[in-house]
Amino acid sequence: MILLALVAFAFISALLVGWAGGRSSPFVAVIPFILFASFCVLLPQVAGGGIVLEAHRWIPSLGIEAAFRLDGLSLTFALLISGIGGAVFLYASAYLRGAPRLARFYVALTLFMASMLGAVLADDLVLLVVFWELTSLTSFLLIGYAPEQAESRRSAQQGFLVTVAGGLAMLAGVILLGSVAGTFSITEILDRGEVIAAHPLSSAIIALLAAGAFAKSAQAPLHSWLANAMVAPTPVSAYLHSATMVKLGVYLLARFDPVFSDHALWIALLIGFGAATMLAGSVLAMRETDLKRVLAYSTIVSLGTLTMLIGIPGELAAVAVVAFLIVHALYKACLFLVAGIIDHETGTRDSSALGGMRRFMPITAAVALLGGLSMAGLPPFIGFAAKELVYETGLAASVGWVLVAVALIANAAMVVVAGVVAIRCFAGAPTVTPRKPHDPGFAMLAGPIVLAALGLLFGLAPWLVGDGLIVPAASAIAGRPVAYSPSLWHGFTPMLALSVLTLALGVFAYLRWDGLRSTLASIRQIDRWGPDRGYDHAMNGLQRLALWQTGLIQPGSMRVYVGRMLAVIALAAGATLLLRGGFAMPSFADSFAPDLALVLLLVVAVLAVARARNFVTGIVAAGMVGFIVALVYLFQGAPDLAFTQFSVEALAIVIFLAIVGRLPFREEDYRTRPERLRDMGVAAGTGVAATLVFLSVLSQPFDSRLSDYFRQTSVPEAHGHNLVNVILVDFRALDTLGEIAVLGLAAIAAAAVITGLRRRAKEGRP
Amino acid sequence: MNSLILRATSRLILPAALIFSVYVLLRGHNNPGGGFIGGLIAAAGIAVHALPRGHDGLAALLRASPKAYIGAGLAFAILSGLPALFLAEPFLTHRWFFPGLGIGTTLVFDVGVYLVVIGAVLTFLSYYLEG
Repeated sequence: MILLALVAFAFISALLVGWAGGRSSPFVAVIPFILFASFCVLLPQVAGGGIVLEAHRWIPSLGIEAAFRLDGLSLTFALLISGIGGAVFLYASAYLRGAPRLARFYVALTLFMASMLGAVLADDLVLLVVFWELTSLTSFLLIGYAPEQAESRRSAQQGFLVTVAGGLAMLAGVILLGSVAGTFSITEILDRGEVIAAHPLSSAIIALLAAGAFAKSAQAPLHSWLANAMVAPTPVSAYLHSATMVKLGVYLLARFDPVFSDHALWIALLIGFGAATMLAGSVLAMRETDLKRVLAYSTIVSLGTLTMLIGIPGELAAVAVVAFLIVHALYKACLFLVAGIIDHETGTRDSSALGGMRRFMPITAAVALLGGLSMAGLPPFIGFAAKELVYETGLAASVGWVLVAVALIANAAMVVVAGVVAIRCFAGAPTVTPRKPHDPGFAMLAGPIVLAALGLLFGLAPWLVGDGLIVPAASAIAGRPVAYSPSLWHGFTPMLALSVLTLALGVFAYLRWDGLRSTLASIRQIDRWGPDRGYDHAMNGLQRLALWQTGLIQPGSMRVYVGRMLAVIALAAGATLLLRGGFAMPSFADSFAPDLALVLLLVVAVLAVARARNFVTGIVAAGMVGFIVALVYLFQGAPDLAFTQFSVEALAIVIFLAIVGRLPFREEDYRTRPERLRDMGVAAGTGVAATLVFLSVLSQPFDSRLSDYFRQTSVPEAHGHNLVNVILVDFRALDTLGEIAVLGLAAIAAAAVITGLRRRAKEGRP
Repeated sequence: MNSLILRATSRLILPAALIFSVYVLLRGHNNPGGGFIGGLIAAAGIAVHALPRGHDGLAALLRASPKAYIGAGLAFAILSGLPALFLAEPFLTHRWFFPGLGIGTTLVFDVGVYLVVIGAVLTFLSYYLEG
């Protein structure tokens, strides 16, 4: 019950946080800290290798449960999500003070945190997918915090489309995995891993799951959305796009690593894409001057490192994954928050325009230095231990020297990025900045200070995280108990030599950063042929396709496209009847006189529609047809349907009344004779086809199983006599919920289209 | 559309349509009616009221954006399904307060349908009247 309660609490608290956040109150950080404390209380249960499992009924008819699982891996993530969440919420309350739309921002941020917790705690594949997509949705809202800026809208849409397209691939993978395993329970899937890995469909499952994870975790070539997501406010960048959401793909890979760890495709995909991402991120990070974009590309490098480490089989790799994950979350969130402070206090985050800031903001400079040293992997910070582990894993792997070379480049790039963010802005002679800089208040400094201090503390006392978190989490990734005792100093090993080489390479590159950066930035081919441009081409292509297709079907004349629609219906239905030979005549034995009278009336009304020579006559005559059809329903014992039809007709007349005043009102029909003949042909064809279809349908014996069922159960089970309404609100309530959601969305979308058309008309564009 | 006749008659039509729509909504469980039809009737009445008075007249009558009615309606419909979750039943399994009268969470759901239908029709209308 505890896990469901925690996730539900996180979701429900969104309203409270939204209310407090709208007032920029630091109280917003209380909720994440309560969650963090709760997970700390659960730590002893998991530290010894225990697993907390719980399951609640959700959709029993499909075998889907609201099941949760807390093991070392999910607890590590839950602590990062809630702990860094607390720091970020507190920071945001000062950083965004006085900004617009704050209540909405905090609601989205809290919903994001809740979805993340749900995703990492889910023990059911379907539940995991639901929370996974919720994180994409809330990320969309948060990147698009400033919807009036075109760049913000584009980035939000790009991030959403890339991660959701990946999510769809993952959903396909999940369905395949569920059907192969015969269950959606992650725990059961982990138990029968060998059977699943040996199944012929396992390659397809791996490819689909990896596609979802790669899109979410910004692996090359799907990485550009992450750099563009930096238009979001800094707390969002620090939280979603470095410490938590982008790690969800890594979480998915780590979660299913015990199942597929020895599968050749799994190893090839993860190591291949991970290494490619490390190299691409390293090069791209060197081209930027914007502090946040530099950090974003270094995050991409780290995500590539994590993917590659998961791909390497073995227990050592599992330990390296967890250690690097924790280390990266600590220093990267810290440095992002520092970059935000620099931006907030100086008015710029262009590293080439910043220097000497240590004189104005000494505390920030000290914090940045601590974070930067951990990122550069220097002792005694935990970053050093993690980097040694990465090298040790690489050296032990089968294609070790390639991986070590890639890791060397990536880690040297980390040293450069750490230098640019943590030293360059603060050292040297002070520069003139748009604002007069000084250290920010407690709320903005508390988070970075704690995160940086933890990086140092865990380095000096690695057992603090080692036994409680790293070992249980690594055991969950390896799928078996892992024995490992973390230590900072390993003695004189090849890893130490590599560390020294990394540092030398990094410092060398940092000292030549200006030249290196401008050389790399001048390579236009990267912009011209990069995946970001590819995304633009794809979107333009999609729009051109839509334009072409719309022009084909809807050329702008209502009459033409209604005509085409009807012609297609008539031809398709007629051809099916003709070719499949389904036509039959019903017996008219039980028709009775009132029906015949109505039919006569109907014929008169239809003729009136056909004879109408202007809009008003036509509308009134068509309304008559509608009312007579409603009468037919009434006589046939369907008062509900008749009632609805009457209401719709009445509303339609009101709407026509509103519109008719603005239409070009002509006394006479303006169609030429051939046009009229063509329209007549379409109308007659549709009428004949529809009549033939209905006659054939009526000639079939009536299957009364469903109506019998509802007639028998409506009163005892749903306490209602009106079958139609009972079905709508009770038996099929979920369908109705979907329908009204579509109805509402259609109205909002139509309103958006009308607004867009009007703006165009105002600006004089076609 | 600012005709005196419409302006005068709509003053009578609006309250009649609203009262009738609520009556139709409430009786829907046992007799022909329900949230969808009730919503259509209410929307028609409001539309007749708004046509001669324009966009501002509609805004003054509704006091909130018609889109807010859509959101409120969906919230009602979703809320009606939540009590079941706390009793370990599937979402939208309805609960009954007075089974004999047919009063339960279904009514909350139907109010949701009613509001969404009103909101959807009036969203179209409000943008139309604005231009």
